[in-house]
Amino acid sequence: MKPTKVETLPIRSGDDVVRVRQRVRALAIEIGLGLVDQTKFVTAASELARNALDYGGGGEVRAEIVQAGMRKGLCLTFEDEGPGIADIEQAMTDHYTSGGGLGLGLGGAKRLSNEFHIESTPGAGTRVTIARWK
Amino acid sequence: MDRIPILKLGGVLIVTIQVDMHDRLALALEEDLTAMIVRTGARAVLIEISALEIVDSFIGRMLVSIAAVSRVLDADTVVAGMRPAVAITLVELGLELTGIKTALNVERGMALIQSRLAEEDGFGGDREAHEG
Repeated sequence: MKPTKVETLPIRSGDDVVRVRQRVRALAIEIGLGLVDQTKFVTAASELARNALDYGGGGEVRAEIVQAGMRKGLCLTFEDEGPGIADIEQAMTDHYTSGGGLGLGLGGAKRLSNEFHIESTPGAGTRVTIARWK
Repeated sequence: MDRIPILKLGGVLIVTIQVDMHDRLALALEEDLTAMIVRTGARAVLIEISALEIVDSFIGRMLVSIAAVSRVLDADTVVAGMRPAVAITLVELGLELTGIKTALNVERGMALIQSRLAEEDGFGGDREAHEG
């Protein structure tokens, strides 16, 4: 599985979250995702971008178009250098929130993606990777 | 700063969201709507979202919050025109639009509001008659 296209976008403001959504939409169309799958993946990206901004103090996302055999996919890696998450299991629980949110971000993003992976080191930051296959 | 225009039609405030919502815009809309409900005595808010390509938990929270504040100020909130792909995604995301009524489009949203207002006024009239 090697990326055929890679780009990195900053997440430093609410406007950046909007730009991430627009870029993910364009890439989802590029790999041929249908409208519902596009919408699901853009929504997942929006949740994670906002998490990186609100809880991680900002960060960036790397978007890659990947090819595995005949399948094309879109892989997004969100990274921040925020306080990290001490208890990932708890953070994944619906309606758990450490801030003022609805607490649907991580669990919701997982449900809206085909693949979901999270790593976090308290004090060093959080990295969340999601992928959606055509 | 950008603001989303609010139209008044009878006792109903109508908002159509045509742009990608960001934080400041969402906050401004909530403030403007609240002020306008108080100023005009509007009984309902109709928010048309057919142009929105996604509703994430941030926008969902904004809608729920507008509905909650409007409710306290005696106005109903109806969200109209959600795209099918957005509806499917919202369900999978697990977002519940608590306190919000939904309608397929603006026309049905207005009909829903009119029938509720007529119902409430009707009950009000009955109560007065009994008390009198």
